[in-house]
Amino acid sequence: MRPVVIRDPDEAVADIADGSTVLVGGFGPAGQPYELLDALRRRGARDLTIVSNNAGTGDTGLAALLTAGQVRRVVCSFPRQAGSWVFDRLYRSGRIELELVPQGTLAERIRAAGAGIGAFYCPTGVGTLLAEGKEIRTLDGRDYVLEYPIHGDVALIKAFHADTAGNLVYRKTARNFGPVMATAAARTLVQVASIGEVGTIDPEEVVTPGIYVDRIVPIEPAEPREAP
Amino acid sequence: MSGVEHVDRGPLERAELARLVAADIPHGAYVNLGIGQPTAVADHLDPAAGVTLHTENGMLGMGRVAHDLESDLDLINAGKIPVTEAPGASYFHHADSFAMMRGGHLDVCVLGAFQVSQHGDLANWHTGGPDAIPSVGGAMDLATGARDVFVMMSLFTDDGRPKLVPACTYPITGRRCVTRVYTHHGVFLLGAGEVRVRETYGITVAELSARLAVKLTATASAA
Repeated sequence: MRPVVIRDPDEAVADIADGSTVLVGGFGPAGQPYELLDALRRRGARDLTIVSNNAGTGDTGLAALLTAGQVRRVVCSFPRQAGSWVFDRLYRSGRIELELVPQGTLAERIRAAGAGIGAFYCPTGVGTLLAEGKEIRTLDGRDYVLEYPIHGDVALIKAFHADTAGNLVYRKTARNFGPVMATAAARTLVQVASIGEVGTIDPEEVVTPGIYVDRIVPIEPAEPREAP
Repeated sequence: MSGVEHVDRGPLERAELARLVAADIPHGAYVNLGIGQPTAVADHLDPAAGVTLHTENGMLGMGRVAHDLESDLDLINAGKIPVTEAPGASYFHHADSFAMMRGGHLDVCVLGAFQVSQHGDLANWHTGGPDAIPSVGGAMDLATGARDVFVMMSLFTDDGRPKLVPACTYPITGRRCVTRVYTHHGVFLLGAGEVRVRETYGITVAELSARLAVKLTATASAA
């Protein structure tokens, strides 16, 4: 279905249910959809599984959602870093589950979900703790780990500009997980700094085609939430 | 003769080590520099060498660290530090960025390490301690995918234990992936279970042999 433009972020997230798996774009602060995450916090949906590269830093965005006790489980590659005190405290006190996934495997599992792939053999992690209990297969003399796709109920991502057909362009390294997450969820919500009529993006420059986008939420760029 | 011994001086300083690694990056190579000490290698690359830097968060042609005034929160490196674009830069999404690694398109990556085994096993993501929160990031993907994995580390821990070991005691990041180890005390070439000493700094090969539990073998010429 063609996407709709929703100007109120609270309205855009109003049907995210308890227990949802939410794919959250961003690499640290770059590309993190802060305003959509704030709306999800106000919505109060609980028992969420968050799939994202990091597990939040500082006290805003993803970290605020964790603080509010709405997240049961995090699937990510790099939870522990400077400023990740909210996650660290929850993890150490046993109040949040962690599935740690190598970063490229995380991206590829999300990509596989969006591309209709049932599972794939990946060389990353062979012989390590992160492959324990997983099927290993030797193909052409090399060992691979069997990895399964990660589907989202909803994806929250951030792009730079959208047209009303949902075509997206991103800005610099804020692109990161956005294009793959957009493909892998039942509903994709994108916050954008600007929106234009169809024709404002050269078709040769579209990064995410509108077929992957369900709701476009225009949000004026705000001051940065945190130092990177 | 087992490598070149530079004994008329002390171990390499930090910047000297970064310069030594930089000088060994082949001209025209596509290179990923890990978080921490390896980042400093970028400061010593000869612009004429045509080395292109990859950053895991979706960029080729990464430039130097940004000054305050040009800092852009949408343009950061893997350590989340604001950087700049070099001429010819390109952006791509995460699945593409890691396909570049896993697919064998990166010529070299330079990583830090807790331990490297004589077989080239790398341990650099997790101490395995009961209170440690594991974080892996892109370390396993780089270790598995880059054609050459250079490690840059101190040869000994602060309390004097070797980090180049017969077998890793920390959880490993990748099996048999490290091809070279650059340390302040010397450069080691790994392959076929052998550890060859290319050169030493402030210590002799015989002294190193006495402090390391791995067998050091001769290298015919500097690689």
